[in-house]
Amino acid sequence: MRFVFKRSYDDDIRLFKHRPQMFWYLALLVLVVALPWLLDDFFLGEATNVLIWAIAGMGLMVLTGHTGQVSLGHAAFMALGCYSNVILLQNGVPFIIAFPLAGLITGVVGVIVALPVLRLHGIYLAIATLAISVLSEDIIVIAAPWTGGVSGLSAPAFDIFGVSINRYGTPDLFYFLTLGVTLVVLGAYRNLMRAPLGRAFVAIRDSEISAQAMGVNITKTKAISFGISCAIVGMAGSLLGLFAGAFNHETFNIVLSIQLFLMIVIGGLGSIHGAFFGALIIGFLPQVIAMTRDGLSNIFSLGSVTIPGIESGVFAVILICFVLFEPLGVYGRWVKIRTYFELFPFYRKGMFKRQKSFLKTERMK
Amino acid sequence: MDIMQLVVSGLANGCVYGLIALGFVLIYKATEAVNFAQGDFMMLGAFITIWLVNAEYMGLNFWVAVPIAIVMMGIFGYLLDVLVVRRLFGQPQIAVVILTIAIGFVLRFAVGAIWTHEPQLLETPFAGGIANVGGIVLGYEEIAVIIVTLLLTGFLFLFFRRAKLGKAMQAASQNQLAAYYVGIPVKRIQSLVWALGGAVAAVAGILFASKGAIDPSTGLLGIKAFAAAVIGGFGSLPGALIGGLIIGMVEPFAAYALPAGYSQIAPYAIMLLVLIFRPAGLFAQMQNKKV
Repeated sequence: MRFVFKRSYDDDIRLFKHRPQMFWYLALLVLVVALPWLLDDFFLGEATNVLIWAIAGMGLMVLTGHTGQVSLGHAAFMALGCYSNVILLQNGVPFIIAFPLAGLITGVVGVIVALPVLRLHGIYLAIATLAISVLSEDIIVIAAPWTGGVSGLSAPAFDIFGVSINRYGTPDLFYFLTLGVTLVVLGAYRNLMRAPLGRAFVAIRDSEISAQAMGVNITKTKAISFGISCAIVGMAGSLLGLFAGAFNHETFNIVLSIQLFLMIVIGGLGSIHGAFFGALIIGFLPQVIAMTRDGLSNIFSLGSVTIPGIESGVFAVILICFVLFEPLGVYGRWVKIRTYFELFPFYRKGMFKRQKSFLKTERMK
Repeated sequence: MDIMQLVVSGLANGCVYGLIALGFVLIYKATEAVNFAQGDFMMLGAFITIWLVNAEYMGLNFWVAVPIAIVMMGIFGYLLDVLVVRRLFGQPQIAVVILTIAIGFVLRFAVGAIWTHEPQLLETPFAGGIANVGGIVLGYEEIAVIIVTLLLTGFLFLFFRRAKLGKAMQAASQNQLAAYYVGIPVKRIQSLVWALGGAVAAVAGILFASKGAIDPSTGLLGIKAFAAAVIGGFGSLPGALIGGLIIGMVEPFAAYALPAGYSQIAPYAIMLLVLIFRPAGLFAQMQNKKV
């Protein structure tokens, strides 16, 4: 058992709670930086993919995990970030400006969209954002002069300060670029949650009425949260576009939106870790399934069997299991295990029990 | 006459949307949960019927197969609630949303694995029949769709208004605790609603598959039916039907009047407008409590 004594109010908002924690995160950082020398190009690409998903997951986590607003339409903002980044690049804007600008554009559009939409609550908000996601596909097709319509766009070559970065030519540089963005977003996110604004987000999630009573401007704060969320997701979208090389309206379809949402649910809503756990699962699931399938068909000598759509099927079954048995996600399970050992032998079964409540309709006020 | 033809085809499509929306509303009205898998329920119902009826599978008589399929979907809905959804009783609504989205994925995958991803058409006895009513050409399927939808909506509307069970369902949704106090077995009622939702989805699926080919991804049509339910006001049965009809009518006219590409947007744009300006829908269920 470890006791952390708090001696000042600052101890509550320190980045690391105690030294061992700092040590482990630094070790993780070293490992992540060393990855290009440890993995071959294929798995490095997969790692890059996971990091991109993690950025997108962090973006949605700000909104859903910490502000409590469900969005099923964030692929639309990924698309916006991706297209604006590539269009800026094509017009000769250097990457170092185009990339943040794409995030900014997405964030501003996010705020504009949020103002009318965020008047809705819960399920209605989910449905409205779902509609935005569906609409975005058609809008991309209509805006063909800019977006290339159905045939899509392909990401141009780009460089940072003269160093050309290419997903296939220099996968390690692309990995470092993604890692850099991830770390910047992570740092910003972590600090946001220590700042008054981030606390206001959490207050809104836990109870809008009490947040209002504490002087939080609900509409404004929700809109800012939506904007930040969209900006981060937009950057993830830009990276995804550059990573994929070519994309069209179907790349950022509604399934991607839903997958993004489901990803952070599996990872664990309300924690930054959740975004990364979710990204790991979604990134490596296809590989794991493929390996399992090959292994099974080798054992039973079935030859190569392919079942279309098995990824989403397995993913959905995992999700159902999580919703039923571990609503707090992978991170929640990890916290429980850690608590078990930290408190050994005093862990009680009901420690993480969630309050159940009888439902009342929202239609009667 | 062109316009009338558009109206009729819009009506038939709208009825199918309305039927799926009816399923949403049923479950929402009685359990406060939104079943995002309703479109996939419809797709499953259609495929079960195809499996029973079509010559290359079981080859049963159509009129024997339809009740079987409806009952099967009813049992499916009931079991789904008892085994899976009920475990989330007392947890936030959004948990059920996530669960039903996942169930939708699983259904789409399972149906695709069993009956392949090829589009298939239901073989109905009235296929290809055409009635000419005052110069408007109507397929028998379209007439069947319209009649069945009207009957079903009317039946369900009266069921919720008059029948004891229907009232119990509404009570269970409005306030679970109070419903328990007056002796309503809330959990069993909810399972029955899921069964009803499954049965309605089966009817919608049968009608859809008799009108045109269906494949597993058709379940995503549920999103359009969502638009219908939202326009009508989530929680109102006639509202769902009218919302479906509005969507169904808008589509062909938008395709007729607007340049290509814009017409798909119309239903969702209408839905967004309704959500923003009249979040309770056209047939608002919101009401203040009478003291």
